[in-house]
Amino acid sequence: MGVEGIGARVARKEDKRFITGRGRYVDDVKIVGLTHAHFIRSPHAHAKVKGIDASAAKDMPGVVDVLTAQQLVDDKIGNLICGWAVSSKDGSPMKMGAWPAMAPDTVRFVGQAVAVVIAETKNQAKDAAEAVVVEYEELPAVSSMTAALASGAPQLHPEAPGNVVYDWSIGDEKLTKDAFSKAANIVSLDLTNNRLVPNAMEPRAAVAEYDEAEEHFTLHTTSQNPHVARLVLSAFYNVAQEHKLRVIAPDVGGGFGSKIFIYPEEMVALWASKKVRRPVKWTGDRTEAFLTDAHGRDHISHAEMAFDTNNKILGLRVKTHANFGAYMSLFSSSVPTYLYATLLSGQYNIPTIYAEVMGVYTNTTPVDAYRGAGRPEASYLVERLMETSARQLKVDPAELRRINFVTQFPHQTPVIMAYDIGDFGASLDAALKAIDYAGFPARKAKAKAAGKLRGLGFSCYIEACGIAPSKAVGSLGAGVGLWESAEVRVNPVGTIEVLTGSHSHGQGHETTFAQLVAGRLGISVDQVQIVHGDTDKVQFGMGTYGSRSAAVGMSAIFKAMEKVEAKAKKIAAHLLEASEGDIVIENGEFKVTGTDKAIALPMVALAAYTAHNLPDGMEPGLKEGAFYDPTNFTFPAGAYICEVEIDPGTGKVDIVDFVAVDDFGRLINPMIVEGQVHGGLAQGIGQALLEGAVYDDNGQPVTASFMDYAMPRADDVPSFRVSHTTTLCPGNPLGVKGCGEAGAIGSSPAVINAITDALGHNRIEMPATPGRVWEALQLQQAAE
Amino acid sequence: MSTVKLTVNGKSVSATVEDRTLLVHLLRENLNLTGTHVGCDTSQCGACIVHIDGKAVKSCTTLVGQIDGANVTTIEGIAKGDQLHPMQAAFRDNHGLQCGYCTPGMIMSAIDIVNRHASDLDEETVRQELEGNICRCTGYHNIVKSVLDAAGRMKVAQAAE
Ligand code: FES
Ligand code: FES
Repeated sequence: MGVEGIGARVARKEDKRFITGRGRYVDDVKIVGLTHAHFIRSPHAHAKVKGIDASAAKDMPGVVDVLTAQQLVDDKIGNLICGWAVSSKDGSPMKMGAWPAMAPDTVRFVGQAVAVVIAETKNQAKDAAEAVVVEYEELPAVSSMTAALASGAPQLHPEAPGNVVYDWSIGDEKLTKDAFSKAANIVSLDLTNNRLVPNAMEPRAAVAEYDEAEEHFTLHTTSQNPHVARLVLSAFYNVAQEHKLRVIAPDVGGGFGSKIFIYPEEMVALWASKKVRRPVKWTGDRTEAFLTDAHGRDHISHAEMAFDTNNKILGLRVKTHANFGAYMSLFSSSVPTYLYATLLSGQYNIPTIYAEVMGVYTNTTPVDAYRGAGRPEASYLVERLMETSARQLKVDPAELRRINFVTQFPHQTPVIMAYDIGDFGASLDAALKAIDYAGFPARKAKAKAAGKLRGLGFSCYIEACGIAPSKAVGSLGAGVGLWESAEVRVNPVGTIEVLTGSHSHGQGHETTFAQLVAGRLGISVDQVQIVHGDTDKVQFGMGTYGSRSAAVGMSAIFKAMEKVEAKAKKIAAHLLEASEGDIVIENGEFKVTGTDKAIALPMVALAAYTAHNLPDGMEPGLKEGAFYDPTNFTFPAGAYICEVEIDPGTGKVDIVDFVAVDDFGRLINPMIVEGQVHGGLAQGIGQALLEGAVYDDNGQPVTASFMDYAMPRADDVPSFRVSHTTTLCPGNPLGVKGCGEAGAIGSSPAVINAITDALGHNRIEMPATPGRVWEALQLQQAAE
Repeated sequence: MSTVKLTVNGKSVSATVEDRTLLVHLLRENLNLTGTHVGCDTSQCGACIVHIDGKAVKSCTTLVGQIDGANVTTIEGIAKGDQLHPMQAAFRDNHGLQCGYCTPGMIMSAIDIVNRHASDLDEETVRQELEGNICRCTGYHNIVKSVLDAAGRMKVAQAAE
């Protein structure tokens, strides 16, 4: 393996453009004749649209047109879809109301668009938007699940009586009930998983262009999966035909799930470019991001765990309510079901589990996948429950986990997943050592002497990544396959382009994917170019989410490379007059083993393209493609330990130490992997201490800017201590598991467990702001 | 409308703009300097930070009309030809960026931080000083590392000059 191959800390190839200001994001795209779109949005959480008067706006300077929801209907543009069918316990399909890209008659959340102004400049579009008069008739709104489920509550969609989308379950109810009836101890807990706003730093944007002569559209958009966007826009939204639509996702400034979905604004921009026969740009501002980017989490759960006399888990029972907001977003239905409840076994041997999930409509922004998507909610529940159990059963929390760890693999859980491999004890041991667990009582005593409260909390998380085996997810209701594709093109001069369906928006694929190729051939990463994010260049791909790009995307490249190498070896053997089986690839050369005969890669490539002297019957060229469909999920897992100090005077929580030990299988570029963990940890800590989307009772968002929604800043988080243990994933050729979401999945329970340890009781919810922690401390004192 | 004269990355620029025109819009729309980004509408995120007369300023909160005659430096103007500014090099070497969207603002802000804290720069100071720059990707760990590393490099570079 070369020095730039797998496992090397190679500096990122993509960085030069970003550090010099030459990145090319959607809003940087300029086209001659460009117009600018500004949406008119509902100020009400629930209202009838009685009429739109755009006559004054149309006469304002620079206004090209004002398009309304009714025109979308007239043009037979399709409604937004939810691509994963989930059925209720009784077998009935989920109950969904229609979601038009702009609302013709009823708005159901603040920020829903009803019309769009197209003008020569952005300011002109904004000015004209002020002159559009929309008449609303306000309807009563529900902003919480409790309000939505109350009898007599206002109804959002006639299709979904009682505002219930589905009432789903997984696992064996009777078996679980029996297990509980035999329990020596039962521990129960109520939890809220707070609603989060993803807030990728680049707001969503779209630049749409229509070529009348060719009847062809080009859409530049902030997407994690441009091919899926093209498929959905053509097959379901009826905006453009697939072969007449090119979708380009250039540099994208972060996604975290929020840029998976195909939103109303992108679709309307595309449609409008044909309507006004001019290119149209829409760039969201931060307020629009808060109002319209799919939010994450928002669960309320009750959980119970049954133990025998030896503190072994007998069963787990969970009841969760999941808030979907006003409409069912693209993958929303799968998040609190197949991405959540299937992970409720955690790292533990749990003989039986029964989980019920009710999906609920409210007059709030739609909720969908956000970094971790379902798995953070699962790990928060399981790990809070384990810590609570340890305290109630008076067992050391590390010990309680250890005696319940799964140690034999493969391990079939009672909730679909089959864990392929892992060593949970090894990660926990490494974390205990790193934090100096034995020294904690002394540190706590010292803090106490200084008037501070110290606490330590664990989180032993597991997640399912490498999403996903197509057949398996198809049987669970997914509307798409979740394989990945790759094409490896060796140019006549021996340089290489790799076309991939994965999309990089911060993950560093242009480096890590090149490392795979460079390492196999023994060449420099500079000889390898990664091409992604353009449907005209890459034939198809499912994109980047669910920590799938290494496990699935790179495995496709691996397969294509094997084919390229096999053909190149045949050519080399022919040119060297050797037998194909004797050819090895080293340092960019094809060598005959045991001899000094060799031919360099560029010469083999050139021979493939001149085709003057190829083996009989061989086609010219050196280019191969592959599709890779995983055989199972991958299961990254790890142990996180957080140590906090609370100032009882203010309730402020300081994270004094954070240790993360992850098992991601083989690491392609440890520097990049660590960076992924750091970012995830900050998001999980943000959820635990700072972040939370809040609505008032009328459905008005009160946290719709960075002034009101607390994003983690540099002085809110510590430096992290990140390390790894390794079991190689047997399910893919690279042995990789995926690392993009772990930090966000594992960290919030560790933080809250540390806080509850310091407080001495469990009555604290996320985000544990100073105000809440201070109140929790007063509760404690009142009790004493 | 008003006409202002500025020096941007060493070149003189004259622009006639609406009174409400923000510096970030002049840079991005008129001068094609798209390295300066917009990440919010409440002056919180710092993606738009440039230097005005050597000081870090949020260009999303600066009216062009306010700064007639000023010397503006953007992310595109800090490297010397092919030679990266030490702060740029430190961000690359320490993996101080992921999606790159916050990066120009971070780098411009960080240069100013180092300039203002010649000798007393430690992790805590860097973290406090970065309060006005939001990054959603990196968890700040490697950004802080980059800034501390660059502080050393900038000192060496200054000594050499
Ligand atoms: S864009 Fe200037 S602070 Fe956010
Ligand atoms: S690198 Fe993406 S926001 Fe900072």
